[in-house]
Amino acid sequence: MDARGQAPNNNTSLLSEIYQESGEKIQNCYQCQKCSAGCPLNFTMDILPNQLFRHIQYGHRDKVLSSNTIWLCASCHTCSTRCPNQIDIAKVMDNLRAIAHRTGAKSGDKNISLFHRFFLSLTKYTGRTWEPGFALYELMSGGLGGFMGWGLKAFLRGRMGIFPGFKGGAEFRNLFKEVGKGGAR
Amino acid sequence: MKEFSYFPGCSLHGTSKEFDESVRGVATWLDIKLHELDDWTCCGATSAHSLNEQLAIEMPARNLAIAERSDRDLLVPCANCYSRFKGTEYEVREHGRKVSFPYEGKVAIHFAMDYLCGKPVIEVVKRKMVRPLAGLKAVCYYGCLPVRPPRLTGIRNYENPTHMDELVKALGAEALQWSYKTDCCGASLMFTRLDIFKRLTGKILTEAAKTGADCVVAGCSMCQMNLDTRQEDIEKDLGRKIGIPVLYYTELMGLAMGHPDTGKWLKRHFIDPVPMLKAKGLMQ
Repeated sequence: MDARGQAPNNNTSLLSEIYQESGEKIQNCYQCQKCSAGCPLNFTMDILPNQLFRHIQYGHRDKVLSSNTIWLCASCHTCSTRCPNQIDIAKVMDNLRAIAHRTGAKSGDKNISLFHRFFLSLTKYTGRTWEPGFALYELMSGGLGGFMGWGLKAFLRGRMGIFPGFKGGAEFRNLFKEVGKGGAR
Repeated sequence: MKEFSYFPGCSLHGTSKEFDESVRGVATWLDIKLHELDDWTCCGATSAHSLNEQLAIEMPARNLAIAERSDRDLLVPCANCYSRFKGTEYEVREHGRKVSFPYEGKVAIHFAMDYLCGKPVIEVVKRKMVRPLAGLKAVCYYGCLPVRPPRLTGIRNYENPTHMDELVKALGAEALQWSYKTDCCGASLMFTRLDIFKRLTGKILTEAAKTGADCVVAGCSMCQMNLDTRQEDIEKDLGRKIGIPVLYYTELMGLAMGHPDTGKWLKRHFIDPVPMLKAKGLMQ
């Protein structure tokens, strides 16, 4: 298939959806693989970034949205700065996570998607990130990160506040109501 | 006297307390007055831009609108907050994005690393220095968001930045060359995927130790927290000791300028830098 074309597939809308929401043109990708070569998380992704882009071109919507790739991306922007076609790949990953989140796609990494939802639900009420609250995430995710012991050490060194700040008031909380689970743009 | 509005961000009130303390301490020493924003709130961090782009713009916009109530420039030490702020500024300025707050994209946003490692400040630091850090070998670790994406950071040599190296050299220490200056530390994977996180940080720490450096110098609260506070866990996985202290550039500035609180900041580290600094005669 020509990289600029679109596959004759009913699911090709993901490509145009990404373009409409992020302004990024996935059809420009010609598979140079620079993104995947420089990606610090490439060793653990089930689909490499360049492969993910091919799947988007082919319209493999479910495969893309349920990949662990979109959640493991740490937004380091290495790929975006090296893409010869000026595709902001990190921005596309943001967009794909947002689409996966709002359409309820099966998460490719449950811990990470849970963490982001947890972080925002907690911060909505505290106004500022309340780090001791992450212990609750630890319990929800099965407690494998050793957060409790680590948190105690941080606390003993004065690196962990105990009480949440409760800042921003209703004005801040309303932000979450207005944007709800809405889209990327 | 130079005056800034100041946005510490959530980390600097928690797990990166010594970064906040050392930025404030160094600022006072340099005759810079910091005015912390009233009632500031979370910038949204990675979670907001991962799940909802509008929320990721609105959360910084609220803080930027508060900053625009004064005509002072804004100083931001946290790389994540800075990146979110610059991203919001870009959307409002370049795409005319509408936000729910009276933010017009006017306030100048400065990253503390860029400002404090800039030539004008380095000149002042050189004059105020009382104890040059002679004999100290350091590798500068910039991480991701302090330099990328260059569209937002304005850093031209984002694959091999040198501004923190210039500061370290001006303080009398040696800045060693290495290839991991802008590699990713894994950021919030520390909370979610410790297995993957340890592989990323393990590589960075191993390479830092290989250069023969006495310490890593960082300027991002996430990087410092990940390399310092999880180092013992990483060592267990690697099966060998690394024990390399990870200092903020502001702590080195405090040390060289003889700030009396430097010892207090260093006490908060998991990998204690004091024995190494004492052995080099840089602390009593």
